[in-house]
Amino acid sequence: MNQVRRHHWIVRLTHWSAFVLIFAMVASGLQIYRAYARFGPRDHSYPNFLENADFPQWSRLGGWLAGGLNWHFFLMWPLIGVGLLYVGYLLVSGEWRKLVFRARDVRPAISMARYYARLDKEHPPQGKHNALQKQAYTGVMLLGILSVVTGFAIWKPIQLFWLTALFGGYQLARYWHFWAVWLFVSFAIVHVILVFTADPASLRAMITGWYRGRYTNDTP
Amino acid sequence: MTHPERGVRCQVSGVRDALLGVSEKGAEPRSTLTPDTWYLTPDPWHLTPSRRAFLASSAATVLAACGWDGGRALKPVMYGASRFNDWFSERLFSESKLSPKFDAARRSKSFPNYHISEMTPVLDDPAQWRLEVGGLVSTPLSLSLEDIHRLERTSYTVEHHCVEGWSAVASWAGVPLRAIAQKAGVKPDARYVRFDSFDDEYYNGWDLKSVMHPETILAYAFNDRELMPDHGAPLRLYAPHKLGYKLTKYLTKVTFTADRPGGYWEDQGYPWFGGV
Repeated sequence: MNQVRRHHWIVRLTHWSAFVLIFAMVASGLQIYRAYARFGPRDHSYPNFLENADFPQWSRLGGWLAGGLNWHFFLMWPLIGVGLLYVGYLLVSGEWRKLVFRARDVRPAISMARYYARLDKEHPPQGKHNALQKQAYTGVMLLGILSVVTGFAIWKPIQLFWLTALFGGYQLARYWHFWAVWLFVSFAIVHVILVFTADPASLRAMITGWYRGRYTNDTP
Repeated sequence: MTHPERGVRCQVSGVRDALLGVSEKGAEPRSTLTPDTWYLTPDPWHLTPSRRAFLASSAATVLAACGWDGGRALKPVMYGASRFNDWFSERLFSESKLSPKFDAARRSKSFPNYHISEMTPVLDDPAQWRLEVGGLVSTPLSLSLEDIHRLERTSYTVEHHCVEGWSAVASWAGVPLRAIAQKAGVKPDARYVRFDSFDDEYYNGWDLKSVMHPETILAYAFNDRELMPDHGAPLRLYAPHKLGYKLTKYLTKVTFTADRPGGYWEDQGYPWFGGV
């Protein structure tokens, strides 16, 4: 069977580390959220359908506020490290060209969307990543940056008050940090569904580095 | 300091009191706190009457009982990370950076308050109260409230940040702590300050750099009025650049030290630096 080298070890390492770290960051974050499960002034909090939500114990990490904080403030450093390593690899290897969504990807993205909507029968040229994948992966990278930056804005709202002000103040920075969580969770769900329904061989490729699925010939 | 008689007089613990929004006099819920604000306490014991027994146990036991603390392998790493974060926070902290100021009109309608004693700590005889400034200083001081009122006064309206995630705007006035430090003459080997209170065994430790910040004050006024017992009367530590749990209320002693003091919540696992 046709096999192609698909993912560099740095990509595989950072992918699975980020998976574990983001999972733990979300869990410890939910533990922290529980201490004050709303945003804004006490008398008129911001719209939030998860206001006062009590997330089940299995979804939380740390057991109490201090435990959640300690996990969160510990794992943020390896997560930032993993993110920088990945972005550094993309830049140095030139791999970013196959991954970052640019203006030229708009038209192929529309074709891809038409294919998924069953308006077109033919799958557009796949490449390493199709235009919709590029859109999703670029989006999730920006989401990662947003999470780190809003995280710092919440952690040091006085020392970094210019940063906190950029997000509309302390309570709004908390708000954006919280919604980034649900975008991560949504991405992860769609990502896993698509891996298994659209191209299960990509899972093996992300583990071993070798791809032998149906888009082999498309992979440069 | 313990108040054994208070346990007899009042069935409701201080933290629960604040937690459940029950005022001392009756069961009238306060708008400032809702029952779901579970405060800093670990889940299983926030409604347990034998809170003191839990406090006697180590932070490790408490954490292990209520959530995975990382086990033998990860716990030391996590503790190391926490110390690294203290170091990082201290590097990031600037003695000259002032916090954003607000108009008095922006003051929050409610401002939660906490204490760890069974009931709101109140002095039996306020005239007898003194602030003892000691430790590594050339002139130990014993200051009455009148003495403190005569010193220079700083006031500001700032946003307060709680470790829980809420924030509120209020005005504070008091004497800059560094004015008192200068009066007492801090010795060169002093690196930390320990703050003691008459709210049970509540205490705190700070780094000297945060202590000397011009906005670190010993506050005697809250929202243009004399500080009331719910906010730490007669005198409390205040600074907009620290989380609420670092701001010791009901002050009794300010002690300059060479070794890093712990703190009531810090000893149980909360971050030591606690700067925002």
